[in-house]
Amino acid sequence: MTDAQLLGVAVGLPLAGTLGVIATGRRPNLREGVTLVVAVLTFASVLQLLPSVMAGARPALELATPFPGARLAFELEPLGMLYALVASGLWIVTSLYAIGYMRGHHEGHQTRFFAFFAVSIAAALGVAFSANLLTLFVFYELLTLCTYPLVTHRGTAEAIAGGRTYLGILLTTSVAFFLFAILWTGFVAGTLEFTPGGILEGKIAGTAAAVLLALYAFGIGKAALMPFHRWLPAAMVAPAPVSALLHAVAVVKAGVFSVLKIVVYVFGIDFLAEGDLSVWLMYVAAASILIASIIAVTRDNLKARLAYSTISQLGYIVLGAALATPAGVIGGGMHIAMHAMGKITLFFCAGAIDVALHKQKVSELDGIGRQMPFTMVAFAVASLSIIGIPPLGGSWSKWYLALGAADADRGFFVFVLMASSLLSIAYLMPIVGRAFFRPSTQGAAPEGPALKEAPLLCVVPLCLTAAGSVALFFLAPQIKALLAPLVGE
Amino acid sequence: MNLAGLWHYWVVIALMMIGMYTMIARENLVKKIMGLNLFQVSVILFYVSLGKVAGGTAPILIEGAPATVYSNPLPHVLMLTAIVVGVAVTAVGLALVVRIQGAYGTSEDAELSEIDRADEAGAALARGEGQG
Amino acid sequence: MIEHLPVLQIVIPLLGAPVCLLLRARGAVLVFATAVAWCTFAIALASIGIVLEQGEVVYALGGWVAPLGIEYRIDLLNAFVITVVSGVGAIVLPIGPGIHGHTVSASREYLYYAAFLLCMAGLLGVAITGDIFNVFVFLEISSLAAYTLVALGNQRRALRAAFSYLVMGTIGGTFVLIGIGFLYQMTGTLNMADLARLLPAVLDNRAVHAAFAFLLVGVGIKLAVFPLHQWLPNAYTYAPPAVSAFLAATATKVAYYLLLRLVFTIFGIGFVFGALGIAPLLQVISLAAMFIGALAAINQTDLKRLLAYSSVSQIGYMTLGLSFGSVAGLTGGLVHVANHALMKGGMFLAVACIVARTGTSAIADLRGLGRRMPATMAAFALGGLGLIGVPLTVGFISKWYLVLAAIEAGQMLLAFAILVSSLLAAVYVWRVVEVAWFQEPLQSAPHGEAPLRLLIPTWVLIGASLYFGVATDLTAGIAAQAAEQLLEVAR
Repeated sequence: MTDAQLLGVAVGLPLAGTLGVIATGRRPNLREGVTLVVAVLTFASVLQLLPSVMAGARPALELATPFPGARLAFELEPLGMLYALVASGLWIVTSLYAIGYMRGHHEGHQTRFFAFFAVSIAAALGVAFSANLLTLFVFYELLTLCTYPLVTHRGTAEAIAGGRTYLGILLTTSVAFFLFAILWTGFVAGTLEFTPGGILEGKIAGTAAAVLLALYAFGIGKAALMPFHRWLPAAMVAPAPVSALLHAVAVVKAGVFSVLKIVVYVFGIDFLAEGDLSVWLMYVAAASILIASIIAVTRDNLKARLAYSTISQLGYIVLGAALATPAGVIGGGMHIAMHAMGKITLFFCAGAIDVALHKQKVSELDGIGRQMPFTMVAFAVASLSIIGIPPLGGSWSKWYLALGAADADRGFFVFVLMASSLLSIAYLMPIVGRAFFRPSTQGAAPEGPALKEAPLLCVVPLCLTAAGSVALFFLAPQIKALLAPLVGE
Repeated sequence: MNLAGLWHYWVVIALMMIGMYTMIARENLVKKIMGLNLFQVSVILFYVSLGKVAGGTAPILIEGAPATVYSNPLPHVLMLTAIVVGVAVTAVGLALVVRIQGAYGTSEDAELSEIDRADEAGAALARGEGQG
Repeated sequence: MIEHLPVLQIVIPLLGAPVCLLLRARGAVLVFATAVAWCTFAIALASIGIVLEQGEVVYALGGWVAPLGIEYRIDLLNAFVITVVSGVGAIVLPIGPGIHGHTVSASREYLYYAAFLLCMAGLLGVAITGDIFNVFVFLEISSLAAYTLVALGNQRRALRAAFSYLVMGTIGGTFVLIGIGFLYQMTGTLNMADLARLLPAVLDNRAVHAAFAFLLVGVGIKLAVFPLHQWLPNAYTYAPPAVSAFLAATATKVAYYLLLRLVFTIFGIGFVFGALGIAPLLQVISLAAMFIGALAAINQTDLKRLLAYSSVSQIGYMTLGLSFGSVAGLTGGLVHVANHALMKGGMFLAVACIVARTGTSAIADLRGLGRRMPATMAAFALGGLGLIGVPLTVGFISKWYLVLAAIEAGQMLLAFAILVSSLLAAVYVWRVVEVAWFQEPLQSAPHGEAPLRLLIPTWVLIGASLYFGVATDLTAGIAAQAAEQLLEVAR
């Protein structure tokens, strides 16, 4: 198979998987088998593309031309490669986890769940592969719409309200700002294609360029830049696998991925840096990082706390993009993978606790480390990665981000990064502390077995991803090599 | 402008306004149709007057007759079509009035609105009860 | 044969109507009328092919050459409109009146088909003719047929809706007639091409201004452009759903075509946008239509009325596209003619499915139908996504061109307003989606889908609205060419 065909296959497989899931809906074991097989095959086809992208090739596939001069087309470059690897790789683990969680939690409408899950992955891969702004937008919107049924999966009043916020904010920002920005770009630059070095330099002047950047930064609501972040906590009504894969990985990363891609391939980092166009965005991102961290400290609901942590961590990536220095962009790109691995583990753990002990609040977690040792150790490892302590993946991306801030002569943002690390200690470590060092509130487990882990299919994936956080620490040089062409190195 | 010399326009405008007023102000549907007819007739007169050429005679070509000034026959012909259209509209309108009279038992606009409002309230009530 | 296609386009449905009256037998009429409708559609497709290949087609009726005779003149613009009208007609006609109406007894169904064919013939006639008085005649033929079709609705309020439609429609038609009279007075011709040639010399005359004003208001009533839209919500709400689908998809579109002809071919943009300067007025009206229509739709409790107000709002997009006087704007307006016909036609048919199974179109009664009638509700939701303008639907294509036109014209606020108003569509569509999927079904809710006779046309239209959301050669491609032609002529 040629690389171009592989691109089509990677997006087509999950779609085909959707049909398979619907067709086998009456036989759950077969249905989950289909999901797993498709997930593995999808990851395999994405992985096959890696060597040629590393070697500098840019596989491309043209789909359609709905407007003169604006096509629907795929073209894989390093950043998209990284995002596609993360999304498709974690889909396998999440599928395993989802089987355990959905059955352990006795959720209804599982066929619908797995079907829309597969479409969402296809949309995420479409975002990753997009060759131009039009394609990016199309799959971005598709991702919003096909995750809506997942967010509202439970159909309760709370879920419907959450779904409304989710759809309302994401659609409003994308239609009113993002689409507007795309059309404006097309009009000014005469093209929508992602081009190394950007397409806007010399086409648009200072203030207008800054306004355009603002339209992109806020229009890409999935990046959850404050004040358009409300949808993310609202989406936490979804079942845990959705929160894990979609709202820690696929959806939010689609947002920051788009921001990075637009900074690198539409504006061009030189253009941004020379005109000081993105300085305001650095401060907005910094504010987003700090405010979200502080809110996270105050949240008692575990998933809400993790959601605000995500908002804060997404701010890192936007900050990296706004710095518009090579180290900043690389750090931002790397953080997509590092944060994904860490945060998915944390959400897995939150779901596992819910399945095993039916607890959702941080204040109820006293002493559960003895009942769920595997889960809570994984939680601790992932927390350390999010905080950014070696030898865990998160430390590398923070290092590069700090380096990027220093390169840009903006010491203030180095300070912001440090402060936020401290804050993340404050919102994550107390959970670990409670779990292991406080006595259980219900006495020393008077009835039932001492060990009360979630089903095996829940525990294994979260151990895998925790281990992944460690592995990423050692894989960082390879990731850097992959991303180097972004900044012309 | 010679207002008096354009008196035929004034007739047309007066007729048109009477027709419009009747359509808007009358409650009875049949009277509305009458207004509509007046309105259409005024336009027909307007066209007919367009075709008049000062000093012109009826446009009948007689072989060998001396060259004369004729009125323009085309607007008149057009109005034959317009009259047919007007008759058709009147027919459909009156047919609708007959059906309305049959279905509601009245053809007064205000009473019809009253009945419709009552219908709606009744339907809403029925739905409310259905939902318990 | 080929050279007579333009006249066959009109004659076949026009003569088909009385033949229906002669046939009378239910099955025979259905087969015959369907054949006529599809034949008309085939002719339209053939004509658009010929026009694409050879350019404008001129047909002198009865061999009398214009300006003495009446000519039919087909360029890309009317070929496009004719194809939309006859296509939707061919898809909707076979549904027939019996499936959801109780007013038409089975033995008198032939009258429905006759009226339907007449309406179609009238609409096609307006689009095809090159003679402006002929436009008036066809306009009235289509309107008269439309009044009767609306009156067939199964509530008695349909009769009142038809009556006010008749009054408003006749006022509109008569205004058009007055405008034509003034034009004739000034130029002595009724042929559109001739008018375009002779008018520039007398454009300063007050009578020409009056003619334009009467024509604009008259056509505006038929088009239901805000604030002349009052007849539309009731007419669409109480008409049989299939009729609403047909009228929503075609009647206002033909009026829009007429407006384009008047502005660009007959009067010329130099006069309309330059001397009269009505572009800002048109934009204000369009914006008002877009927002007020959408806000009204949000507040409706009946699904059909919701769709009707949504139409008012969507018509605003079309007139807005016109107001830019640019290729992108016209392309957006024109492509929305086809796109809106597909989406709204499909959605009204989905309502027809619902009415056929539940007997009501109240939104509150849709509870749980997402599970009971998944195919119907999915069609409705997909159509709704189109109205919002989500990518991969036709609505996105229209929106793209319109926003681009606004940005090209340097009207950033207007571009923003278009996008925001499309979000209002999300609100009214989502209200329905939430009721249909997230509420428990009523005890009385039906089990099972609507009959295939309804479901297939619904999905044909909705499927087309998805297909043309990606492959745009046949819609936006032709619309763009037509827009370019129109603007070239106007200059």
